[in-house]
Amino acid sequence: MDFTNKDLVSIRDLDRSQIEYILDLSKEMVPYARGEKVKRALDGKIVASLFFEPSTRTKLSFQSAAMRLGCDVIDVSEMSMTSIAKGETLADTIRMVNAYSDAIVLRHPYEGAARLAAEVSNKPVINAGDGAGSHPTQMLLDLFTMKEAKGTLDGLNIALVGDLKYGRTVHTLAQALTMFGVKLTLVAPESLQMPQDIVDSLKSKGCNPIRTSNLEDAIDEADVLYVTRIQKERFPDPTEYQKVAGTYRIDNAILKDAKDDLIVMHPLPRVNEIATEVDSTRHARYFQQAFNGVPVRMAILCAIMGGEM
Amino acid sequence: MTQAPQVEDIKIPPIRNGTVIDHITDRQARSVLKILGVNENNVDSTISIGIHVSTTKEGMKWKDIVKLEDMELDHIAVSKIALIAPLATISIIRDYYVAEKFDVKLADTVVGLVKCSNPNCITNKGEPVTPKFFVEERCPAKLRCVYCDRILMNISDNLI
Repeated sequence: MDFTNKDLVSIRDLDRSQIEYILDLSKEMVPYARGEKVKRALDGKIVASLFFEPSTRTKLSFQSAAMRLGCDVIDVSEMSMTSIAKGETLADTIRMVNAYSDAIVLRHPYEGAARLAAEVSNKPVINAGDGAGSHPTQMLLDLFTMKEAKGTLDGLNIALVGDLKYGRTVHTLAQALTMFGVKLTLVAPESLQMPQDIVDSLKSKGCNPIRTSNLEDAIDEADVLYVTRIQKERFPDPTEYQKVAGTYRIDNAILKDAKDDLIVMHPLPRVNEIATEVDSTRHARYFQQAFNGVPVRMAILCAIMGGEM
Repeated sequence: MTQAPQVEDIKIPPIRNGTVIDHITDRQARSVLKILGVNENNVDSTISIGIHVSTTKEGMKWKDIVKLEDMELDHIAVSKIALIAPLATISIIRDYYVAEKFDVKLADTVVGLVKCSNPNCITNKGEPVTPKFFVEERCPAKLRCVYCDRILMNISDNLI
């Protein structure tokens, strides 16, 4: 399968066979991501890392992934450090960066920024999160984590918990999961439920998610509990945030009726959604999930930038 | 013997030459003119508008109707009307006779006619980009922003 120079902006850019190809390649990357093997498949290439919003895991794992493949990284961390602060448009910034690099990784606060960047750049653009929009590389590492833990994605019973309105990871993830015939339960306070247009999109693909505000409704049948942080920074009104902050908290007591092989995932950072006592249980998979960002992003960079493994 | 004119034809007199846009969704006639870029300042002929006219067409109880004298609209121009009036029909009139008649139909994409209703979409942030939408459904029109992937809410409120 040829991914060379392909943009990765949203779930619309991927079908099931392409997702499976990336997940298989990610598995091959694991020993290289751990540093147990070395392959400079992208030696001499340069990736531009443009993060116009704060990020720890996504940014570091992309940079780690690039370096593990022998790829150099140039980066911008804050809008205030760029000509955007002087009034330059994103389109012009991308045209300039396009001339300095072989691929562009972009995180931006505005939805659709990565699609615009892909239009004006003739180098491939990888969306590392655009506002409350898409986050396709997070989706791929989430699928990889589930598949590694469960052996398959087909038919899993998956509960998405927390901020399903503003959380971009769950929007992209839910749409990808429809390709694998999963049973989906959406657990959120009514004010933070999944937007209707995304639910309609899930239904049009044959997935009829169960909506509930009660975590107990979902936990005993779930194979995967995917917990998200209620993101204070996405709320236009702070009082609305206070009403729903701390609604769900996963601890050992709530997990006592869960399946033995339930896995708990979280895109991190967590605040208090998952008690630290869960970290040492067989259910906890979120730190493994964070590590998986490296092999999955290695696979993405390698496939898109034409690396040979 | 000539058939007696229908009641609605009496309300809006027939035109000798021009275009009749019929079966416009109720109270969307002005938006149709806005989409077409037609107004009293840029045409030198009569524009007749009927608003809230009763109709027997299936699926409609009320309709709007627009008659543009001495103007013939082409298929591409009128296809845009389907954004807000998917059941509209177009008749090109020459010397009081219907010379051509066709339905409106949206293309697969809509470019530069409406803006995205998502305030956080990059197309609303001063970038040099023309709003573009995929047409997901045609009747009524359902548009998805090419950039932010959101469904456009309230098409007539977001006409450019």
